[in-house]
Amino acid sequence: MATKIYMDNAATTPVRPEVLETMLPYFTEFYGNASSIYSIAKESKKAMENARNQVAEGIGATAAEIYFTGGGSESDNMALRGIAEAYATKGKHIITTQIEHHAILHTCEYLEKNGYRITYLPVDAEGKISMSDLENAVCPDTILISVMFANNEIGTIEPIKEIGAFAKEKGIIFHTDAVQAVGHVPIHVDEMNIDMLSMSGHKLGAPKGIGALYIRKTVRSTPLIFGGSQEKKKRAGTENIASIVALGKAVEMAVAEMDVETKRLTTLRDKLISGIMEQIPDCKLNGHPTDRLPGNCNIAFHYIEGEGMLLLLDAFGIAASSGSACTSGSLDPSHVLMAIGLKHDIAHGSLRLSLDRVNTEADVDFVLEKLPQIVQRLREMSPLYEEAMKNK
Amino acid sequence: MDYSEKVMDHFMNPRNVGEMEDASGVGLVGNVKCGDIMKVYLKIEDNVILDAKFKTFGCGAAVATSSMATELVKGKTVEEALDVTNKAVMEALDGLPPVKVHCSCLAEEALHSALWDYAQKNNLEIAGLEEPKSDIGHHDHEEE
Repeated sequence: MATKIYMDNAATTPVRPEVLETMLPYFTEFYGNASSIYSIAKESKKAMENARNQVAEGIGATAAEIYFTGGGSESDNMALRGIAEAYATKGKHIITTQIEHHAILHTCEYLEKNGYRITYLPVDAEGKISMSDLENAVCPDTILISVMFANNEIGTIEPIKEIGAFAKEKGIIFHTDAVQAVGHVPIHVDEMNIDMLSMSGHKLGAPKGIGALYIRKTVRSTPLIFGGSQEKKKRAGTENIASIVALGKAVEMAVAEMDVETKRLTTLRDKLISGIMEQIPDCKLNGHPTDRLPGNCNIAFHYIEGEGMLLLLDAFGIAASSGSACTSGSLDPSHVLMAIGLKHDIAHGSLRLSLDRVNTEADVDFVLEKLPQIVQRLREMSPLYEEAMKNK
Repeated sequence: MDYSEKVMDHFMNPRNVGEMEDASGVGLVGNVKCGDIMKVYLKIEDNVILDAKFKTFGCGAAVATSSMATELVKGKTVEEALDVTNKAVMEALDGLPPVKVHCSCLAEEALHSALWDYAQKNNLEIAGLEEPKSDIGHHDHEEE
């Protein structure tokens, strides 16, 4: 069945038509290498600097502080390893959280093998870190605090402004993985005291394979990729001009439309959440009820397993995702669902529906019509449901 | 997940879903931690499996292997039923993705558990059948 309703926008988004149109000339017409001197290359350079401005303006930074990368994961790697190396003589302690993306967690594991100490802050049942945990975790040799802006699975938005203020007071560099947040929630790096910020193009209507890292002027960091003077020698490699242009355009559009789109998506999201909770017994909303991404709905259903839901939704043309073990290829449910304290039986039955501009109220209505029967069908097949009903 | 057409058919239209009031043997295997639990009911008369039913908590492959395993044992003698191994279930489903092979093992264990339960209840010994270690019937599901 062809996908009719795409509700996996936290995984990736389609390239926006306006964005595609803006980037296309840079494949065949203005294909010059931005490092060259002839006129066709000047067009590339100009377009790239325009995009750098657009990205910078979107987060309240200056263009000189934006470094284009190959995506969100690279930005996260570059931030953590760049700081770890540049500030190694100052200290070897880093604070992060248990619910970060693996681009952060696996980089931290790598750093641990290389002599760094990492503190993984726990989160509460709604996915938020506590400021007192953060305060208690700081050591004299803490060089970096890295806390994601908004969680990709459960949508919870962390207290970024408070963390930034605290980090500034302590003189510790603050990085945030804002891959899910850029273009979806207001961000201002100065007002929030963010020193480094990772973003990704394909979560907001630009193509896959492009991202950026914001690095505050006063922060030192070593490069991840060597081999050229591009991006002020912080990221070698001929610039991906077309995608850079796309990222600039996508950020500019998303920020300009944010107020209206946030209102629209929040209404749809809340209709979806309350519709599911009212119709289907024995389920639980994952994440914070209000401090959450405008398009994120993540609900765990008792007695059933996520993959079955995804297959049955797909049969109706609905694309969604789950944090169950069976969809990840491992035996454990997602680390985020474990961190918010879900028991295994319900964590395996989680469903994430992530809305974005492609979604309409009719989409939400269709899901609300189909999902209850899908859950019921799987429950009738489940020995856990059978047992629970007998005990009721 | 790249499932074969047969797996998808047995997931979308599972055979033999349900409970059995007068089952001759019941097997319950798996655990909540890994996200797979299978319960198999067998109706056995004169050493022949007349009917089989199942309930499964698990992914698409878990449901499909339960469906196929119960389908394959129907009409077989208890000895013949031992030939319904995880391999036989997988082959009948035109294969499973590598990460899902454990689901077919669970289906075999569920069948063996039900057969063992039947043998115990009737003081029988079934050649080649050993006491299943994985039966979780009457135990607490959540091990934490």
